[in-house]
Amino acid sequence: MTDAILQARGLSKTFAGFSAVSNIDLDVERGSIHALIGPNGAGKTTVFNLLTRFITPSAGSIVYDGTDITRAKPTDIANRGMVRSFQISAIFPHLSVLDNVRVALQRHLGLSYHFWRSNKVLDSTNERAMALLKEVGLAEFAGTTAVELAYGRKRALEIATTLALDPKLMLLDEPTQGMSAEDVGKVTALIRQVAADRTILMVEHNLKVVSTLADKITVLNRGEILAEGPYAQVSKDPAVMEAYMGSAEVAHG
Amino acid sequence: MNKVFWVLLIVLGLAAPWLTYPVFAMKLLCFALFACAFNLLLGYVGLLSFGHAAFFGGAAYITGHVITAWGFGPLPGILTGTLFAMMLGAIFGALAIRRQGIYFAMITLALAQIIFFLALKLPFTGGENGLQGIPRGTLLGVFDLNEPITMYYFVFAVFMVGFLIIYRTIHSPFGQILTAIRENEPRARSLGYNVERFKLIAFTLSATLAGTAGATKAVIFQFASLTDVHWQMSGEVVLMTLLGGMGTLFGPIAGAAAVITLQDELASFGSWVQVAIGGIFVVCVLLFRRGFVGELARLVKAKSS
Repeated sequence: MTDAILQARGLSKTFAGFSAVSNIDLDVERGSIHALIGPNGAGKTTVFNLLTRFITPSAGSIVYDGTDITRAKPTDIANRGMVRSFQISAIFPHLSVLDNVRVALQRHLGLSYHFWRSNKVLDSTNERAMALLKEVGLAEFAGTTAVELAYGRKRALEIATTLALDPKLMLLDEPTQGMSAEDVGKVTALIRQVAADRTILMVEHNLKVVSTLADKITVLNRGEILAEGPYAQVSKDPAVMEAYMGSAEVAHG
Repeated sequence: MNKVFWVLLIVLGLAAPWLTYPVFAMKLLCFALFACAFNLLLGYVGLLSFGHAAFFGGAAYITGHVITAWGFGPLPGILTGTLFAMMLGAIFGALAIRRQGIYFAMITLALAQIIFFLALKLPFTGGENGLQGIPRGTLLGVFDLNEPITMYYFVFAVFMVGFLIIYRTIHSPFGQILTAIRENEPRARSLGYNVERFKLIAFTLSATLAGTAGATKAVIFQFASLTDVHWQMSGEVVLMTLLGGMGTLFGPIAGAAAVITLQDELASFGSWVQVAIGGIFVVCVLLFRRGFVGELARLVKAKSS
């Protein structure tokens, strides 16, 4: 028996007659790095949005850590320790780097509706915020306005903010998308580092990243699962090679 | 720079009755509070309400009514009007906050038009004439508010309390999350914040303080009229906030001061006032988009860095 932190059964989503995702079964094992790959339009982001409850499935069920979350609100599942990132950089652009992390940290304080208190009460989170920034290599940018960071650093900040919630399960939507080779290396190392004591499910386009990082890969094509297993196995699957690898080899050299 | 503004605000606030005539200063403070309350929503949550006249005018009518018909004193009267605006704000907010942008603006406008209609038709409002002759009364049984200077300092105190509440809200844990929501709403949601509840609380706070401004206005001028609940009033407060600089603490005060002063100075030209203000607004939007205070803050920041 496997210990799945996230379990989807028969997950389907139809948009006005068009079946974007159909009948997906997914088991994300606790403590693993699980990657979801597939060509453009394969339904990766849709699956992601379904799992994080940003959209509602047409059929199927999702169980997270023993609780059925098929009908839960995105906010609720975030509070249960399942936190996602976005394809487009999910930062608060006009807040300082430090404040970006503080926004996430203040959740645990339970003061967020206290409009009558000074925000000095939030200073208790500064130490933890700085520690997180150090972890992702952004300590020296604490005072910088987030929008001014280079792209790779924005992603690092996003990861620091997500880590601030101490999530049990982190969902990363294309964490290396649009990055230079150097940044890809940095973010990959960062993901491996933060995966040490948590589970990660990531959508990824870049096969190189996935091959060295993921314990298990699920390949999607046209909204269905094509193959599943470790990279060595999946990459040799003829169906995968035909649907994905061929085009991927062109795209990624 | 904010320190300079604080000092300026308090010094000018205390000296105002000797610099200009009290009624003008009081009117200015009322609209400044109204604009500050509106700015809490527009500048710090990013929601453009086009129905804030309902809270301003609604509170003015309620305050006028409880003072005239039920014999309330000025302070309980203003508090009743404020409480009414708070309840109205919670209802409007609950109906409107799930929509965004133009739809949010349209819903708030439509709801405010209902209040306008009620102000016209309900038996206690005086219809076209409005509520006239609201007595100013005595504050706490000691201070005679018919004395202009006494009345002025009472209004100044009300304004400062309202302004400090707004200041505190912006610089609170709650305000921090409001800014985060304005900056990136899906991200705030994914971090586990109940965005709707934050918006509703902010909307209600904004409506409440807009109500305080309207209620105080009713006591100063001793009347509540359809002008207070008209959609033009909702438009005026947008104008004040944008002119002064939305999302800045002191901007709305400067904006309100500019608009009220112009209206006052140009009053002899009749409806040409609107043309002049419209022209100034266009020039301001084209030349300094951040508003007076917003541009000033940017200049100071550029110089210091």
